Amino acid sequence: MAVEVRVTAVLQQVVGGAKTVQSEGGTVSELLDDLERRYPGFKAQVMAQDGQLHRFVNIYKNDEDIRYLGQLGTAVAQGDVISILPALAGGFA
Amino acid sequence: MSISVYIPGPFRSATGNQAKIEADGNNVEEVLKEVGRKYPGIKSLVFDMSGDVADHVAIFVNSRDIGTLQGKSTSVADGDEVSIVPAMSGGAIGWTEEQIQRYSRHIVMPQVGGKGQRKLLNAKVLLVGAGGLGSPTAMYLAAAGVGTIGLIDADVVDLSNLQRQLLHDTNDVGRPKVDSGAERIHDLNPEVNVVKYRTLLTSDNAMEIIKDFDIVINGCDNFPTRYLVNDACVFLKKPLVDGSILFFEGQASVYLPGQGCYRCLYPAPPPPGMVPSCAEGGVLGVLPGIVGCIDAIEAIKLILGLGESLAGRLLLFDALKMEFRTMKLRRDPQCPVCGDNPTVTELIDYEEFCNGVSPAAAVAAGLAGD
Repeated sequence: MAVEVRVTAVLQQVVGGAKTVQSEGGTVSELLDDLERRYPGFKAQVMAQDGQLHRFVNIYKNDEDIRYLGQLGTAVAQGDVISILPALAGGFA
Repeated sequence: MSISVYIPGPFRSATGNQAKIEADGNNVEEVLKEVGRKYPGIKSLVFDMSGDVADHVAIFVNSRDIGTLQGKSTSVADGDEVSIVPAMSGGAIGWTEEQIQRYSRHIVMPQVGGKGQRKLLNAKVLLVGAGGLGSPTAMYLAAAGVGTIGLIDADVVDLSNLQRQLLHDTNDVGRPKVDSGAERIHDLNPEVNVVKYRTLLTSDNAMEIIKDFDIVINGCDNFPTRYLVNDACVFLKKPLVDGSILFFEGQASVYLPGQGCYRCLYPAPPPPGMVPSCAEGGVLGVLPGIVGCIDAIEAIKLILGLGESLAGRLLLFDALKMEFRTMKLRRDPQCPVCGDNPTVTELIDYEEFCNGVSPAAAVAAGLAGD
């Protein structure tokens, strides 16, 4: 099913400038695979070679960090909003 | 034990014209209750409707305001003198005429009052970074009457800063940011004590600098400092207000001792070059204005004990959509610095080097489309 995925900052550049993209899948992992198909190189921004999320990227299902749900296996359903948030450093430079 | 209680002129009609009376009690609260028992007429002068000391009345034990001690639980012993000192238009010990005018808009609010304003005046807040985020934070904290504001910034003012760093202006280009920052703060509010640290924060000085402050606000622009500040605040048990920005988006949260920290959210920094700085990626000038103000509000809420802090929440701000969202944050039991089995027990100086696009190249690319 199609789920709304919101990407911030740097990741927007990988998806052609969009802030919100649709993705298909029943789990977060499947969504990321789908996003990789649509936007090659997406997964590398978000996860390491070993399949683990980069530690400076967090993924939320609605307002809950998936680390505390089912990690990458977290189930997603229609109406869920997935947010992918990399850390931001900018403060005053 | 018998404590002397000083009765101010305007209240002596309630105590048979006596300026000094004796009362028993182990702490201020007991002493005042006893005074009220012996001289019931004084109760409506000293206490408000909820039975607390009224906001316009200060209580001193010897020469110290109980607000700087343990409030009404402050213990007293034989030989101590408790003084009741109401604000008077002719010049009070508690407030000056000018302070009452300056902070009147705070004082008239029941949620703040004189008590709250006193807390602000007694507060010591450290701002890491006197730039995009630090500017609005510093100015609003100064305006609010935060008594001591620390500014850490090693930089001098650069022309490119003026697109957003309102603490500085065109005449300040080339001057140390802490100098122009202190001047701006004093123009707004001369009674703020500004402590300037014209230095980089490192593992050598972070603990020493942070330990003297009540609250730390992170407005820095790089990951190494962000983690350094976070870790030091965990070790020193200081509340940390954390704001960050990039492009058109901002994040803000509050980390309270024992309730999680920045590493619970992002356990380790990204490799150099993966996340651009503002110089490389750019930022809408007014964006840190918004997030910096949010930082100031959160700090003031902590000082006053008001409202619901952002502790436990990550606030996301999208300026282009004009949208605020919150994510739940929690303490990670496996957090390397504040978890159950910390692996980070000392401050770390992450090395920072630019592997990404140089700022000059980024500007050239931007102008090419003009």
